[in-house]
Amino acid sequence: MLVAGEYKRLLWKRISFGILLIFLLIFLSAVALGLGAYQMSVKELFNAILEGSPVLWNVRIPRIVSAIFVGASLAIAGAVMQCILKNPLASPFTLGISQGAAFGAAIAIVYLGAGQMHRIGENLTIFNPYLVPLFAFFGSLISAFVILAIAKLRDLTPEAIILAGVAMSALFQAGVMLIQYFATDVQVASIVFWTFGDVGRARWIEIYLIIATFLLCFTYFFYHRWDYNSLLAGDETAISLGVNPQRLRLEGMLLSSLLTAVCVSFTGIIGFIGLVSPHIVRLVIGGDYRFLIPTSAFVGAIILLASDTLGRLVISPVIIPVGIITSIIGAPMFIYLLLRGGRNVRG
Amino acid sequence: MLEVENINYSYSNKDVLKEVSFSLGEGEILFIIGPNGSGKTTLLKCLNGILKPKGAVFVEKIDLRKLSQKEIAKKFGYVPQRGEISFLTVFDAILLGRRPYIGWEASRRDIEIVEETIRMLKIEHLAFRMLNELSGGELQLVLIARAFAQEPKYLLLDEPTNNLDIRNQIEVMRIIKNVVKEKRISAIITMHDINLALNYAEKVLVLKDGKIFAFGGRESINEEVLSAVYGIRAEIVKYDGKILFVPEL
Repeated sequence: MLVAGEYKRLLWKRISFGILLIFLLIFLSAVALGLGAYQMSVKELFNAILEGSPVLWNVRIPRIVSAIFVGASLAIAGAVMQCILKNPLASPFTLGISQGAAFGAAIAIVYLGAGQMHRIGENLTIFNPYLVPLFAFFGSLISAFVILAIAKLRDLTPEAIILAGVAMSALFQAGVMLIQYFATDVQVASIVFWTFGDVGRARWIEIYLIIATFLLCFTYFFYHRWDYNSLLAGDETAISLGVNPQRLRLEGMLLSSLLTAVCVSFTGIIGFIGLVSPHIVRLVIGGDYRFLIPTSAFVGAIILLASDTLGRLVISPVIIPVGIITSIIGAPMFIYLLLRGGRNVRG
Repeated sequence: MLEVENINYSYSNKDVLKEVSFSLGEGEILFIIGPNGSGKTTLLKCLNGILKPKGAVFVEKIDLRKLSQKEIAKKFGYVPQRGEISFLTVFDAILLGRRPYIGWEASRRDIEIVEETIRMLKIEHLAFRMLNELSGGELQLVLIARAFAQEPKYLLLDEPTNNLDIRNQIEVMRIIKNVVKEKRISAIITMHDINLALNYAEKVLVLKDGKIFAFGGRESINEEVLSAVYGIRAEIVKYDGKILFVPEL
C-alpha cells in the first residue's frame, strides 16, 4: 500500500495548509480588532469586547466579519467560474459580473429609493436590504448570461472571454454614469461613494444576508466538488463519469452571480480577490476542488481582511476603501497571469 | 451483451451516422476502423450518452435511455482522444474514475482500486506528478487508468495508442487485452493502425461515410474491404503467426 500511504500524506499536507490559514485568519482578525485610529492593547480589547464597547461592536467587528465573508464569497465565486468556464482568468470582476451587479444596485438606490446618504461623504444607508441585492442580482445575471452564451456558442479562448467581460464592464459602467448624469448632486455623490468597494459600510442585517448567501452557495459548491474535478477533464469525460456539465455550468453561474450580487450590494465593487485567491491555492496545493473551494475561501478572507486593515492604517485616521487597495495589489497579479499564458494555468 | 439498434446521428445538417446496428458479446474486443471523418469517434460517443443519437443502445437488454448518466457511467468507461490538462495529481485524476460510485467522499475501497490500477499500468512513478507535467504518452496512460478504475462493463477507447511510442502501443494493447479477459468485460476501440487491429481484434466494424461497410471477425479486414474503404491497394500476409498489413506505397 505504498502509493495509498503516500496519498494519505498528500491529503494531510493539503489539510494542514487549510488549518494554517485558519490560524492566520484568527490572528489577523485579532490584529484588525486592536488596530485603528484608536489603538487598543490586548487587555483593553478583552474588556471592551465583554463590556460591549460600541467602537468594537458597531464599527470594527462588523467590518472584520464583513471583510471575511465578502473575501471568502468572491474567492469561491472566482474558483467556480474558473472551472465551469475553463478559464483561469475568470472571476466576478474580470467577467463584468460585479459591474453588472453595481448597475442593478444603482438603479434600485436612485430610482426605487432603496438607499440614501445623509450627508456628503457619509456612508450610504440602504433602507431596503432586499431590493438592492435583488436588482444587483438581475444586473449580474445579464453579464453572466452573455458570458455563458458566448462560451457556449463559440469555443472562445480564455482571453476572448475576458475581452467580452471587459466589454460588459464598460457597458455597465456607462450605465452607471448615465444614471449619475441625470441624478441630483447628492445622489451622484452617494453613487460615487458607493461604487468604491468598502467593507466598512455593511450593517449587521446586511452582513447576516451576506453570510447566509455565502453558506448556501458554499454548501452547493462543496457538494459538487467532485463534479468540478470531473469537469476539469473536459465535458465529454465529465459526462462519461455521470456528470451533467450544462446543468453544472448554469447552476454554478447563477449561484456565483447571486453571491457576487449580494456582496456588491452592500460593499461595492471589490476587484481581483476572486481572481487571485484560487490561483494562490493552486500554486501551493494544486487544483483539486475538494480542497480548492474551502481553502480559496480562507485565502480570499485573509487577503481582503489584510487589505482592509492596511487601508485603515496607511493614512489613519482616513480610511482608504479596500476596493482601491485590492485593485492596486491585484492588477499586477492579473497581468502576471496573462503573461504566463492563460491556458497553461487552466483549472 | 451490448446491442446497438439503428443509430442515426447528425451534427446540424450533416448526417454522420446512418442506420448503425451491431452487437457485442461479453469479453470481446471490437475494433472500429475507417477513414478520417467516417464517424468512428461519433459512434463511440453515442454508445455512452455523450451524444444523444436517434435509435437505441441496450446493455443486458436494458435501454440506456432509461438509465441516469451516473448509472451509465458505471457500465461504460471512456477514454477520449486527447486529455485535458489540469492542476490535478495523477492519483486524483485516476480517482475521478470512481466518481460514479462516490457519495460524499472516496472510500478506502476506492483508494485501493486506484492503487491497483496504478500498479497494473506500472505508473507508480507518476502517481504524484501533476497532469500538466506529463508527456503525451504518460497522459494517455493516466486516461486509460481512469477508465479502468471506473470498473466498467464496456471500455470505450478513442484511438488509445495515438500518442504512444511503439513499445507503449504494444504494452497498452496487451494491458487492455488482459483486463478484458480477466474481468470479463468488453472493449470497443477506434483505431487507425490496421496492424494493431488485425492482431488484437476479435471483432471488427468497418465504417465508411457513417455506414457499416463490414462487420464480423478479424477476417472482415481484407484486401477488398481496404481497397473499397480507403482506396488503397494492400496485401495482408501471415508472418511467423502474426498477421501483417503491407500497403502498396
